Amino acid sequence: MTAPNRPVETQADLSAEIESIETAADHTTPQPLLDYPPYRSSILRHPTKDPRHADPETIELWAPCFGHTDVDPLEADLTIAGSNEPIGERITVSGRVLDGEGRPVRNQLVEIWQANSAGRYIHKHEQHPAPLDPNFTGVGRCITDAEGRYRFQTIKPGPYPWGNHVNAWRPAHIHFSLFGRAFTQRLITQMYFPSDPLFALDPIYQSITSQKDRDALVATYDHDLSVPGFSMGYEWDIVLTGPSRTWTEPEEGDL
Amino acid sequence: MSTFSTNSQSPTPGQTIGPFFGYALPYEGDADLVPPGSAGSIRLHGWVYDGAGNPIPDALLEIWQTDAEGNVPQAEGSLHRDGWTFTGWGRADTDLNGRYTFSTVLPGASAEGTAPFFALTVFARGLLDKLQTRIYLPDHPGNAGDPLLVSLSEDERATLVATADATGLRFDLHLQGDRETTFLTYG
Repeated sequence: MTAPNRPVETQADLSAEIESIETAADHTTPQPLLDYPPYRSSILRHPTKDPRHADPETIELWAPCFGHTDVDPLEADLTIAGSNEPIGERITVSGRVLDGEGRPVRNQLVEIWQANSAGRYIHKHEQHPAPLDPNFTGVGRCITDAEGRYRFQTIKPGPYPWGNHVNAWRPAHIHFSLFGRAFTQRLITQMYFPSDPLFALDPIYQSITSQKDRDALVATYDHDLSVPGFSMGYEWDIVLTGPSRTWTEPEEGDL
Repeated sequence: MSTFSTNSQSPTPGQTIGPFFGYALPYEGDADLVPPGSAGSIRLHGWVYDGAGNPIPDALLEIWQTDAEGNVPQAEGSLHRDGWTFTGWGRADTDLNGRYTFSTVLPGASAEGTAPFFALTVFARGLLDKLQTRIYLPDHPGNAGDPLLVSLSEDERATLVATADATGLRFDLHLQGDRETTFLTYG
């Protein structure tokens, strides 16, 4: 993708940019910087103006409803899509969805998607020549339970190369999509795995400038979640904040 | 309830949706809040552009709206639509030309004199976190008194109001540039 006559951008170039932004950042927001040039695709795709404040009203104080008519419990198991076992390390990923006050966010749709154990997505534009796994689609859904807990059975995704710069590799991750109780709580994010050597090199992970907030995207290995003779366990909690309508406990329809 | 709980936690940061959501999030009927062509249905459509004016072929848009009478729907069934229940929510990815289309109904005003709108969330490769905004209806009498619209300059306001066309409404999104869409924060 590099234009002729332009120097090839190496990891060293990118890492220097990442470090320079990290040094200058004020580290006060947990959210990623939308204007983050080390992630080259962000250059033309970030708004240049600050968002305008709006008081949430009507539709913004509520979220769409999803429930058992929408999601089959089997969709939480990503290892049963084919006629055989998928290749890779079996994992259980579970955690709680909470609001900013630590209260469980119940009956909420959680959607995930991920690469297979070789670092390959099922996608026609995916160019990475790693094998597809006929027994793994990498897609799952579930509804949080009364404690706000979700649980997926899946395969640990592999890291994969991408075209941001020469020798760019994404840390292994699982994409998560959540709704919450108010439309303003909508969140799409990525869960990472502990001790990944690619963290410091990855512009998407590093677009969050505070270490504490980056850490919030990394799951914890939980031996109690590991299933003997079957799978390794990872625990990861998600905190949704943002304005919501006046809290009542319990919510109508929750019981 | 305590608004200023000492127990409060930082929100989990957002991250880009990336380019490979296409196998996971779009599904049959996702953009059809009502069957296309059914009585009262309109098409809400447009293009999503980057700062160079190029259409973005890998964006995902979600809308959430009141029904035609102004009620907030609270019905399940957005993922397995039965064609009769109005759930108020839809999801559309842009095509190779950067275009999206929803089949829906005009949202109703929740109270006399207020402005109805579609709440809109935008995701894309290259966009590190979601963006949220509103799509207002053209020439709706409630727009004149809407607190957000009146707080904006004429140019900013124009980025939030759809245009009527032969099939319904057109609303283009510009993530950057001269016609950059006004995005919202609700803090």
